[in-house]
Amino acid sequence: MKKTKREMPEMNTSSLPDLIFSFLFFIMMVTTMREVTLKVRFTKPSGTELEKLEKKSAVSFIYVGPPSDRALEEKYGKNTQIQLNDRYADPKEIRDFIYQERQSMENQADQVVSIKADVKTQMGYITDIKEVLRRSNALKINYSATRRK
Amino acid sequence: MAKGKKKVPGLNTSSTADISFMLLIFFLVTTSMDTDMGLSRRLPQPPEDEEVKQEMKIKDRNLMEVRINSAGELYIKDGRGAGLCPEFNDNPEVLRDRAKEFIKNEIGSPLLPELLPTDIGGDIGVKYVTADHVISVQTDRGTPYEKYFAVQNELVAAYNELRDEISKQLYHRAFLDLDAEHRDMIRKIYPQKISEAEPKNYGGDK
Repeated sequence: MKKTKREMPEMNTSSLPDLIFSFLFFIMMVTTMREVTLKVRFTKPSGTELEKLEKKSAVSFIYVGPPSDRALEEKYGKNTQIQLNDRYADPKEIRDFIYQERQSMENQADQVVSIKADVKTQMGYITDIKEVLRRSNALKINYSATRRK
Repeated sequence: MAKGKKKVPGLNTSSTADISFMLLIFFLVTTSMDTDMGLSRRLPQPPEDEEVKQEMKIKDRNLMEVRINSAGELYIKDGRGAGLCPEFNDNPEVLRDRAKEFIKNEIGSPLLPELLPTDIGGDIGVKYVTADHVISVQTDRGTPYEKYFAVQNELVAAYNELRDEISKQLYHRAFLDLDAEHRDMIRKIYPQKISEAEPKNYGGDK
């Protein structure tokens, strides 16, 4: 028998980088940068009448919930905290926060404030926030939630 | 001169794949894909003068009160009666149905909001609608946010369902598929009137 020396041809991988690059661009398109590091823990309520937040650039976020880890818990207690940007804040500071956010927006009239609050939060906190928002003329609000079937 | 046939060696690109992989993984880690969803609400205009606190007189039959106390219990009061609504916890749709009946007042009941002739415009013209009805949501400082959200969700759902029903009846299309002009007309038939009073303390702080 003749021993033919047949080698498996190597696969051409020269287009692999292109493939991955196109995948990379896809990911860059459809995702958004994480806005802040969360310092509060929250489980969103669930609802049926939800709307998508359309213009991401016009949205400011307010996070409400208990501290997210033990170190913070020891420092600030287990009570509900309000987080603006990267730190805990007082309801009074929301006004400045809203004005600052508004300055950096193109369409200031479209400003939406998304309240991401934990289900167990007491309404007192939410009402305070709403009152400040109202006085700062940020009237469009959105209670962040997950869809329920 | 000797024609040196020196070929330029090709650049070794075998590591491009690794580099782009790393970029890809970096983006996967730092970005999030979650689309933000939520219940959109509009706050009332800020009061012009702190001192002027107008007490609007609302007829009893036009008002539906939904109170949530610090234990998360619902108390509903309208022309048909008042009382706690313990079923809400298991079946939030109770509130939705009750609100729908209230807003619609289909049979023209004297216990439900009065039907006023209102000019809707367009091809509808004058229609009897409960233009003056108000649904007032009152919370306590200790009310759990979850319950408040559930109530808001059901009330918004009641309006959305009513608008959908009438738009299917009149135009055979869902409310959201209508154009802006017709949507405004439908909104006039069922104007959204959810008022939120300052929280009160029912039965003390918790």
